[in-house]
Amino acid sequence: MPNDSRLLQQVTRFVDSLAQCRELAITPVEAWHNHLVLQLPYDKRIVGNPETGVIHGGAITTLMDTTSGSVVICALPEFELCPTLDLRVDYMAAASPLLPVLARASCYKITRHILFTRCEAYQVGPDQRETVIANCVATFMRIGKEATPLAYRQQIEGNRGD
Amino acid sequence: MNLKTLVEQAHQSGDYSQLISIVPYASHIGMTCERFGDEVVFRLPQKDTNLGNPILPAIHGGVLGGFMELSAALYLVMFQEIPKLPRIVDFSLDYLRAGLNRDTYVECQLTRQGNKVANVIVSAWQKNRREPIALARAHFLLERQ
Repeated sequence: MPNDSRLLQQVTRFVDSLAQCRELAITPVEAWHNHLVLQLPYDKRIVGNPETGVIHGGAITTLMDTTSGSVVICALPEFELCPTLDLRVDYMAAASPLLPVLARASCYKITRHILFTRCEAYQVGPDQRETVIANCVATFMRIGKEATPLAYRQQIEGNRGD
Repeated sequence: MNLKTLVEQAHQSGDYSQLISIVPYASHIGMTCERFGDEVVFRLPQKDTNLGNPILPAIHGGVLGGFMELSAALYLVMFQEIPKLPRIVDFSLDYLRAGLNRDTYVECQLTRQGNKVANVIVSAWQKNRREPIALARAHFLLERQ
């Protein structure tokens, strides 16, 4: 399925506005309605176990929290900031060193006040086979677009001088 | 130097920086550890690169989660005499208040330790410990030799 360039741009602007995501070089790869994939490149600085070179779960949590929080942009008609209420991560396997980690998220229920998301972190091997690293379910609170500053909304939606 | 020796040295000197520095991710987010009597408190100093939401601004939820998860793992290494870093099985995190751009503290509590698995409760706070900004539960797999 081809990317929705408008959604991809909005997610890119949103992810780039998060300092820790710039630090980790997290970038969007796929975006369309209610579907988002973000990528976290391998980096020695985020290793959790120096003996194995495996990256720390915290970097994966950041990737999954960001992907789950950003898929909201692909699921709602207009941009609104949605703070994370909770998340649960199940670790399936250690991430292979040197390979990037991808995270794929969707929003499986939208109510007036709450968004429920599912996210899967995975790696693609040289044989193109996917290995699941972690699963995450999360809930986000809708504070409404009025509670999101207009300038920030315009910065993300790109509807002013963009 | 093995992990056990590092833990012993840290307990004796009260300086945990060398122990923490074996984990590159700990340096990446800038965490430290201080001992008070027989207890330890982990600290995540205010750091602009740890931020998520630029409007508040607030610490990225993932950084907070990573800090809490790593605190729990190091807590097990420090007090349960396990020879290797424990492997995380699952992690459940409730965000209660915004993590503002200031120092954050974490305390851990071992709820249950069996032969293979340990359950740890982690509490993060900024202003005072009666107002936690996040609470977490984690299961770790312990590798004994």
